[in-house]
Amino acid sequence: MSNASVDVVPQPSKLKSKRGFRAGHTGWRAALFMLPSWVLLLVFFFVPILLTFYFAFTNLSLTGASSAATQFVGFRNFASMFADPTFRISVFKTIIFLIFSAVIGQQILGLLLAILMNERNRAFRSVIGVLVLAGWVTPEIVVAFIFFAFFSNTGTFDMILGWFHIKAIAWLYTFPMVSVVVANIWHGTAFSMLVYQAALGDVPKEILESAEIDGAGRFQRLFRVTLPVIKGSIATNMVLITLQTLGLFTLIYSLTGGGPGNKTETLPIYMYQQAFSDYQLGYGTAISLILLIIGIIASFVYMRMLKIEM
Amino acid sequence: MAKRLIGAVSGIALAGLVLGGCGATPASGAGGNGGAHSSSGGGSSNTITVAYQQFGKPPYFNEEWLQQSAKAFEKNHPGVTVKLEPIEASENDFYTKIDLMMKSASTAPDVVTEDTFLINADGSAGYLQPLNDDVKNWSDWSQFSDAMKSGSTSNDGTIYGVPYSTDTRGLYYDVNIFKKAGLPVPWNPKNWNDVVNAAKAIKAKVPGVIPFFCQVGKATGEATTMQTFEMLLYGTNDTLYDTKTNKWIVQSPGFLDSLKFIQTIYSQNLGPSLSTVLNAQAGNTEVQELMPKQQIGIAIDGNWLPGNWLSNGASPWPDGTKDYQLTAMPTENGQAPGYTSMSGGWALSISKLSKNQKLAWAFIQTACNKQNMEWYDINQGNLTPRNDIASDPKYQNAPGQFFKEATSFTKFTHFRPANSQYPSVSTQIQTAVESVATGASTPEQAMQQYANNVQRIVGAGNTETK
Repeated sequence: MSNASVDVVPQPSKLKSKRGFRAGHTGWRAALFMLPSWVLLLVFFFVPILLTFYFAFTNLSLTGASSAATQFVGFRNFASMFADPTFRISVFKTIIFLIFSAVIGQQILGLLLAILMNERNRAFRSVIGVLVLAGWVTPEIVVAFIFFAFFSNTGTFDMILGWFHIKAIAWLYTFPMVSVVVANIWHGTAFSMLVYQAALGDVPKEILESAEIDGAGRFQRLFRVTLPVIKGSIATNMVLITLQTLGLFTLIYSLTGGGPGNKTETLPIYMYQQAFSDYQLGYGTAISLILLIIGIIASFVYMRMLKIEM
Repeated sequence: MAKRLIGAVSGIALAGLVLGGCGATPASGAGGNGGAHSSSGGGSSNTITVAYQQFGKPPYFNEEWLQQSAKAFEKNHPGVTVKLEPIEASENDFYTKIDLMMKSASTAPDVVTEDTFLINADGSAGYLQPLNDDVKNWSDWSQFSDAMKSGSTSNDGTIYGVPYSTDTRGLYYDVNIFKKAGLPVPWNPKNWNDVVNAAKAIKAKVPGVIPFFCQVGKATGEATTMQTFEMLLYGTNDTLYDTKTNKWIVQSPGFLDSLKFIQTIYSQNLGPSLSTVLNAQAGNTEVQELMPKQQIGIAIDGNWLPGNWLSNGASPWPDGTKDYQLTAMPTENGQAPGYTSMSGGWALSISKLSKNQKLAWAFIQTACNKQNMEWYDINQGNLTPRNDIASDPKYQNAPGQFFKEATSFTKFTHFRPANSQYPSVSTQIQTAVESVATGASTPEQAMQQYANNVQRIVGAGNTETK
């Protein structure tokens, strides 16, 4: 500490100008105030993440001899994961679920809703807004029950189809992936809609008007003006809903349990089954690490595609 | 550049935050504290807690049994309180929850109900107190059948629990269908051929019924493994797991023969249609619909099956135990001991972290005495591990049950490998059985696939071929 002050005191101006860093009491005071949040982050965020990294390389188990004497096993968990056909199916299902429910469903539907509502009157906006938001404020487990009631063999959807003399279909059994995708879109679209509503409000009216005067049509204005302006929001939203969707567990688990077979077994479901049904905690942790890496890669791919610097 | 770096770091942090929930779950579990159930354990030295599973609709006979035992115990031990701690969870979740509870002294119950297929895994994990010294001085212990004792004893002879209920499996056959098909009643098949021939005779002479019903779907889970595959395999000269070398036997003549038996049944249309059997409801369809309509000639199933037909059961049918009879499953070629069966069951164990081990043991003695255990086994429809109850006419003649026949199967019954990797291996068995039954692969292909998968799961060094 004393060394630092000796170094710092003779050249305060240099530090100040180059790094915007304030030496002296203020800095320490600031650090003191930040200490509680740092401690909390360290204990409840960084330590679990570091532990996750560590456990992913062990044979940690919930029961059995390897539970009493956990060993470091190197890359064995990852080696067997990549040799496991179920894991590959699971990654594929995760990507399918991600593309259809998050990227296509929530993203595009959310944008569409926001655009359509942007030019309407206040009453219309508030009615539709509340309806869409209802899906978002409903807890995930309740959404699962609603859609179970809707899609199950004797459910609402089959009843409605029955009015048109269409034969009942066991949706959750015949089209399990479609069912969970629809449920997740219903649940999550409002979030995207809110993000885009805020973003559309920031698009300068003057530019839109001058584009219109120059003869740009509705679609040209959307693709040439609006979308480039809200590019940042698109990227942020894409990252957020991707990460939410990647980690989604409750909805799928309570609707289909990952089944039938492994038709809806996304990575979180697979991880849960390996860790808690098959008692292989170390293996499950390794899967969660893969999930984390997929999330990071996806985020950077979006950044690249939209040419945005964070 | 710096901006980009900050972006990268915050991107990772963001991904971590949102996904953190997933990563942190196993970590916190391993950290030693399951979180929930802080109410138990660590109480005063005069309170013992008993953790058990509670699931589905009442009546909960296990709870009533423990309550009665607690009352009797408290009377004999003034000042001691027994606290019952029901764990409301499905079977798999219950196993997970008690394992997490027993990892920490602040949550560990004193007495816990353990499924015998997990008890040795939990024992070797260090969760359970060895009971060898306790049972030595307990006169009742000699009343427990040796087969049942082995179910809660590890390979090295450590006793981890006192068994309180068990089950066996056998062949149910319809007396009326057998008479129509010109088959002998009572039926006593001596080998697999007798079973297949009976099924063929039914198919030829009694059209419209399913000659032989066995579960072959992945959806029916452990029933497919235990009621169908293991009932066959343990009647051959091979088993699933070599207890001498501690290795999984992934390829063996017996394994192949078992798959071939399933192939015979399903390729010659001696079994149910695949749409009936390849879904999770297949068990209920069998017991609650097809059997009461007498549309199944022979069914391979557990001793609890007639419980469905009791007046308070799911599908009341007073004549069920007259129209259907239970007989033992023969071994492949009738080799000694002539018959086979599979058993599961439950035991009472003491948590290693319990601070009241003496009182806990005394409670187990009370709960597992003749009177208390008999009440439970009769009401629950479970087989008793105690010989003195098994020979009691009150138990043998309990209405609507096959206690006498089913108990006689314990002489030659088998337990599943008490290995913590068993659940994962079992899933692979189901995959093999389903692919053979549907004709997707030959028995040879299915066995090869099974060998590959099990080698991947348990490590090639832990498997062997016979």
